[in-house]
Amino acid sequence: MNMKCAIAGLAASLVLAVTGAQAQEGLSDEIRQPTLDKLKGRQVVFVPMSMSFDLPEGWAAVMRKDAERRGYQLDIRDANWSTDTGTRAITQAITEKPDVIVVQNFDVTSYARTLKRAQDAGIKVVQVNMRSTYQTDAFVGADWYGMGEYAANRMLEVCGKSAGKSGKIALVQGPATAAASVYQLNAITEKLKDNDDIEIVSSQTGDWDQSKARGITQTVIQQNPDLCGIIGFWDVMDAGTGAAIQESGKDIYLITSGGGNKTACQGVENGTFNEVISYDVPGQGRDLISAVSILLQSDEPAGSEQFVLYTPNKIITKDTLGPESCWDLDVLKN
Amino acid sequence: MNPAVEKPHDSDVATRRDKGFVITQELIVAVAAAVLFVLFSVALDNFLTPGNLVALVRNVAVLGLLSIGMAVVVIGRGVDLSLVAVMAVSLTVSIVLANKGYGFGEALVIGLGFVLVVALVLGFLVAYVEIPSIFATLAVASIVYGLGRGVIADLDVNNIPSDLDWFLFIGRGSVLGIPVSIWLFAFTALVLYLFLRRTGIGRFIYALGDNLETARITGIPVRPVIVLQYIISGLMAFLAGAVTAASVASMNMRIVNSTVIYDVLLVVVLGGIGLTGGRGGVRNVVVGTALIGLLLNAMTIMDISYTVQNLIKSAVLLLALIVDALLNPRDEQTAQQGDI
Repeated sequence: MNMKCAIAGLAASLVLAVTGAQAQEGLSDEIRQPTLDKLKGRQVVFVPMSMSFDLPEGWAAVMRKDAERRGYQLDIRDANWSTDTGTRAITQAITEKPDVIVVQNFDVTSYARTLKRAQDAGIKVVQVNMRSTYQTDAFVGADWYGMGEYAANRMLEVCGKSAGKSGKIALVQGPATAAASVYQLNAITEKLKDNDDIEIVSSQTGDWDQSKARGITQTVIQQNPDLCGIIGFWDVMDAGTGAAIQESGKDIYLITSGGGNKTACQGVENGTFNEVISYDVPGQGRDLISAVSILLQSDEPAGSEQFVLYTPNKIITKDTLGPESCWDLDVLKN
Repeated sequence: MNPAVEKPHDSDVATRRDKGFVITQELIVAVAAAVLFVLFSVALDNFLTPGNLVALVRNVAVLGLLSIGMAVVVIGRGVDLSLVAVMAVSLTVSIVLANKGYGFGEALVIGLGFVLVVALVLGFLVAYVEIPSIFATLAVASIVYGLGRGVIADLDVNNIPSDLDWFLFIGRGSVLGIPVSIWLFAFTALVLYLFLRRTGIGRFIYALGDNLETARITGIPVRPVIVLQYIISGLMAFLAGAVTAASVASMNMRIVNSTVIYDVLLVVVLGGIGLTGGRGGVRNVVVGTALIGLLLNAMTIMDISYTVQNLIKSAVLLLALIVDALLNPRDEQTAQQGDI
């Protein structure tokens, strides 16, 4: 008993002595410099679909700041809405042997072979938000399947026959082969296939274009006057879907999803959208720099480990809408 | 206005083969449209409702406006592949300026000024430098799009500032139950119909499309008339852009990379305006637009996938080109001067 007390007392005084010394000089962080050394001077190439819309602009803004802070080099090679240009950009990057390539795929197949080649050449590959069927070192982005499931469930609640509604819903998809389309569609159809409460009366692609989405929606509403809800696959495109609903004067529940740019919040505020599933681009940017940082620090060769960081979604509705719900590109850039 | 010019160009294939009943492409398309209309009315629920028919026309109003612009150029034996780029970028100019604090009316005028500058440059290149229109317009389209993406705006979708209800009315409002965009299409169709058929300058366009050299020898100011064609197509592009922007409260420059320009060509060729120039008119555009509108509407109702829709549209275009080749055979004159 006595002995124990003595030891405890000794330990306590030792701890006090050490912390006392720290209070005067601090303690050097021994992993900081090695970590910074691993990041400094490394090269990261980012190949977005196009540097002309909110998602890649937002990710790039976050990555640029981190690259500047940590001293690694970030090159952006714009695919400019063309898989050919994108493939060329990645192929070119492979010859330059950067440490990491970050890619936003147009669809689930086009880049698959090229990404494999990059990995075979020893370059680590991160796919952001829109993935390809080929799994690389890391995927950072929206959980499309989960979002599809969520939207389908909401439709069951809001539009289901047991909720006293017609049960008729429509889908406005993106391009048929884009990750956002295929995985969401899969979830929605899986979820609703054995359910008589909901009927999908139309499933068309708006091709990420507002005017096309608007035209399709007008026709679908005319065709199904008792349409209860629409699941749109991207908020920027669904500005057109919402416009068609507003023109029809009908009460149709529109769920869409997007990066959570301020236009999404404006859309919820002015009633264009009832619900936006936001995959929060600044958050994704943060995940992206974490993934890049982990890969740069790791000594393992490309392709040896595979991990996925699904974005925690925010649901934006009139009830949850707040000043922090959305982000502003101009602010993010500064 | 100018009977000397008016006489020999009463256009269309009909006058060329002077006797009896002649099957023109316009007639074929009109009949095809009528047959499809009846078919869809019987086969598709809710097709034949006033609401759907209004939606049908409204969905192709923008296409119709662009096609009228294209028609004017094609009649003068040219082609304007810059229409969609001009439409998207000019409105983007206006929207970007409006977001920077200009009054929207003022911003629209500046956007219109942009269109006129582009049209003058284009007209100059085709009429005076004598670059074939297909290359001149293709090059100018790339330059205009590049300006839009690289200089004018950072993002390719630009939203109209809020509280512009008067402008949104163009795209969303209705007068007497008919959407404003349809009225605009009808009104411009009428104006350009009268211009092409009833004014001297309109007849000049047919004359130089039919035979440029003869038109020149006859004393027609060929070059200024060519410039005028591009000004008209530019104005139509601007109008179409205004309707598009007003209907979705934004302008999307990505449309330049889409198939819209081919849809416009499809309407013009399908309607029976020969690519050899000098033939056809606004009526052909209306018929072509109607057929495309019917197809698009029915394919959406039938929930046909986008890829298959494009396949069907392309097949129809090919068919129209074949019929065009049969009905407007290349003769010695086109052999010498070439097509567009």
